[in-house]
Amino acid sequence: MLNPGRTPIAGKRVQLMATCLCDAFHDDVAAATVEVLEHLGCEVEFPEGQTCCGQPAFNGGDWAASRRVVRHTVRTFSGGDPVVVPSGSCAAMLFHGAALEFEREPDLDEIESLGRRTWELGDFIVNGLGVGSWPGRFDSAVALHRSCHTRGTASSEAVALLLGSIAGVRLVEFGEGEQCCGFGGTFSVGFPHISAAMGDLKLDHVRAAKPDVLVSGDTSCLMHLSGLAAREGIPIRAMHFAQVLRDALKGRT
Amino acid sequence: MRAQRIDQAAAALSPKTKAAVYEGSKAVHEKRTRLLFDHYGDPDRLRRLAGEIKRHVVENLDTYLPAVEARLVANGARVHWASTAEAACEAVHSILRARGATKLVKAKTMVSEEIGLAEYLERRGVEALETDLGEFIVQLDHDQPSHIIAPIRHKNRRQIAELFERNGLGAYDDEPGMITQRARQYLRHKYLEADAGLTGANFVVAESGRLVVVTNEGNARFCLAATRCHIALVGIEKILPRDRDLALFLNLLARSATAQQLSVYNEFVLGPRAPGQPDGPEEMHVVFVDNGRTEVLATECRDILRCIRCGACLNVCPVYRQAGGHAYRSVYPGPVGAVLSPLLLGKRFPEKADLPKASSLCGACNEVCPVNIPIPDLLLRLRARAHAEGVPSPGTPPMGVWSLVATQPAAWRAALAGGRILNHLPTRLIPFPALRAWEAKRELPPWRGGEFRRWLKMRRKEAARGQSRPQ
Repeated sequence: MLNPGRTPIAGKRVQLMATCLCDAFHDDVAAATVEVLEHLGCEVEFPEGQTCCGQPAFNGGDWAASRRVVRHTVRTFSGGDPVVVPSGSCAAMLFHGAALEFEREPDLDEIESLGRRTWELGDFIVNGLGVGSWPGRFDSAVALHRSCHTRGTASSEAVALLLGSIAGVRLVEFGEGEQCCGFGGTFSVGFPHISAAMGDLKLDHVRAAKPDVLVSGDTSCLMHLSGLAAREGIPIRAMHFAQVLRDALKGRT
Repeated sequence: MRAQRIDQAAAALSPKTKAAVYEGSKAVHEKRTRLLFDHYGDPDRLRRLAGEIKRHVVENLDTYLPAVEARLVANGARVHWASTAEAACEAVHSILRARGATKLVKAKTMVSEEIGLAEYLERRGVEALETDLGEFIVQLDHDQPSHIIAPIRHKNRRQIAELFERNGLGAYDDEPGMITQRARQYLRHKYLEADAGLTGANFVVAESGRLVVVTNEGNARFCLAATRCHIALVGIEKILPRDRDLALFLNLLARSATAQQLSVYNEFVLGPRAPGQPDGPEEMHVVFVDNGRTEVLATECRDILRCIRCGACLNVCPVYRQAGGHAYRSVYPGPVGAVLSPLLLGKRFPEKADLPKASSLCGACNEVCPVNIPIPDLLLRLRARAHAEGVPSPGTPPMGVWSLVATQPAAWRAALAGGRILNHLPTRLIPFPALRAWEAKRELPPWRGGEFRRWLKMRRKEAARGQSRPQ
């Protein structure tokens, strides 16, 4: 498991890390996350000073720049409440990546402490709060893309469990599900040819399964895949699973 | 913006080659996964155990190496230490020279590719013939292997049949059985003419000095049986502590490398021919090759020395599948090569500092690695090293300004608002090369910076109004 020894959930207060992509592009995913958490009785705090988890510079090799941003994030998300993130990628940055780039830093303890209370949203709902089924209705064939940063974590299984429990949802499998969509952060622009070829393979597999909607726990994968599909003139419907959970509650498909 | 070199290579790959690489890699990967999960309840536990054993070896090489040398010498082998590629080639050459040997048959060994042994010997008048079918084809075609286990992953059988025809091995026939038959006929008498046989070693066991050489073609066995001098070329990291560890490692290696329960030929070599044994080489030499490995040992990337060269990370890697092995400009391609190849260059690291960038960090390589090497972490460490050494990297925007904005909430919120201009700019006027590169392949969704924060404020206000309203 990539995220061992996590701080147990005590109360109902959580801190929401919306992610920079939701802050800039996908506001509805963050809004759905708030509604889902509030439905579960959580008191959602949104620390206004939040920016980014630090991953772009970490992946780019500029660890000094990344550490500055991670330190800012640690200061912003102070206290002991769980930090919930609607992204497997940003969550993994905080509980795994940050520890790597801070291994020789004096404040490693604080970094790891934030990592221990950071949860990817699906993992938090199922394994943090112990909720294993979801009410409401969502009449759709759903293809679940298991994003790469949830490998070795409990997130993808948690999301599949929640989605599969919704009345009307039919989960459809597609080929080579373990393969990456080709986003990879700056990889998508440094390696545009390979990145797009990987995305096209994923889209071929997904389309062959004929889902009504492609769902993932990472907006970055969805942004890449739906951006490719749109550019090719064959748009796909893509949703974050938080949006599916929220829409199921409201009974809209 | 210029794309990275590996991306350019992938774009230039012919559709035929691309199909051969993609389909071949996918087939082996899928069969491997099926076998592992059919045969074992929890294959991940086996990978982790094997990883711990190799980690132990790597961290204790300083005590294992002298112990191995003592066992090998006690078994009657002669041990040579080569710190560089040049020294390793020279060690092999001097063994051959001392015997007046001019004809060498070679089994497949990656370390001989790494040190350029065949070319070195050919230049000095020694025939060094590859006997592994794939390597034989590569040698005949003056090509380079493109995969650790399947050197001709990039070729299809039609290309091989043409190659054989050009080289007088028979009229065009692309039936795989016939291709094998022809190579076999050509090679068979070469074993008998050879003065010495060279193999690698998949494992060298410390407690017994036992060398293990794994093949599927039996060619290593011929190299041993038909010649009077056996030279084993071995990377210093190839050690296993105990004979019993072979049970775990041979099972993992065969499944990971070729999706087999067990490789067809497993040679266990305990020394040269002993008195009373009917045949076998009368002389046995083991050449241990460092060639940068102790330098790697001193870095935080030492976990890469656990590698048992199975190629599973290549087969699963989406980047390898798109780019093929030659794109990595190295003997070791794919994820393991992206870590190992630049590291083995030592001070010349910047020449291959682009390789660790050739990954979406998807983690599939770690998930299949039979010795559980955290390859994505090592790729990240090397990216940090490349940045620290100032190696330029196309596609990675400078992060200084970003980190400034991302540490000042007011600046961040201003950027969220300012980004809206993107919604009104044609692509060519977007002032960020990375965004232009994104748009070259994909639509950019509309910029909605700050919308979520406004929505949340409204929601909070309405909730507060709801609470304060008289019941």
